[in-house]
Amino acid sequence: MKKKEAVFIGALLVISVVLCIFVYVVPHGTHGSIQITVDGELYGTYSLDEDQVIQIGDTNVCEIKDGEVKMTEADCPDHLCIKQPAVGSAGGYIVCLPNRVVIQGEGDSDSQGSDGGFDAVV
Amino acid sequence: MVDLTQWCRSMDQKKTAYLGLFAAIAIIFGYVESLIPFFAGIPGMKLGLANLAVLFVLERYTWKEAALVSVVRIFIIGFMFGSGSSIMYSLAGATLSLIVMVFVKNKVDFGHLGVSVAGGVSHNIGQLLVAIPATHTIGLLYYYAPALMVSGVVTGLLIGVLTKEVLKRIP
Repeated sequence: MKKKEAVFIGALLVISVVLCIFVYVVPHGTHGSIQITVDGELYGTYSLDEDQVIQIGDTNVCEIKDGEVKMTEADCPDHLCIKQPAVGSAGGYIVCLPNRVVIQGEGDSDSQGSDGGFDAVV
Repeated sequence: MVDLTQWCRSMDQKKTAYLGLFAAIAIIFGYVESLIPFFAGIPGMKLGLANLAVLFVLERYTWKEAALVSVVRIFIIGFMFGSGSSIMYSLAGATLSLIVMVFVKNKVDFGHLGVSVAGGVSHNIGQLLVAIPATHTIGLLYYYAPALMVSGVVTGLLIGVLTKEVLKRIP
């Protein structure tokens, strides 16, 4: 392996690991609700506190249980969205690419004492 | 512009056989990968075994042959095991990946490992760049890019080592 290759691969690895730590390990405030969008348009916002089954259009079904949301049904061939891990208070996404459904963990603006809000920013 | 008829006629028989063989291998790898459940719940994260065939052809011939094998693979895998949208994501990933691989191979003079890692990472980024307009969610880049970059580097190294061994053993 040439030296510049080693430098390139090493640098790429370091950058991506640092990005991983920043995005996945460092907490970004609390998330108390989820937002569902279909084809980029807001389908609905739901609280994670309440256990419920949500029908998303004719294509997908997701379920909120114990403060986490999981995709339970989809009519797409690969079912990748169902295999994606549950999204809870740590935030994150569940994406069904064929049906363009995105479930996003959202910042909880109602909760007291959370440092995730932007109330103090002028 | 490439004159396709002229180009096909100029292909010798060994090359024709190799391209067909490696397109077939790429398709089988694609099928094998569709059987493996994807890792860590990140869409688009996979081994990239099919890139082994593309890398081999790229090393042995030129980017044109590699692009041909890549496109044949994507459409056949897409029609057999995937859907229209999976073809779209694969094409985006493969196109960006091939452009980056050819660039680092010819202009930066990388060896197999560097080319493979660059290809793995850019394949993942290419797919992600198509997923953002498809879902209208820019946050996907922020949330998935780091994991996809790490997986691109690791699988790229793996496939690079494999390609080197295969190149050594196939005359």
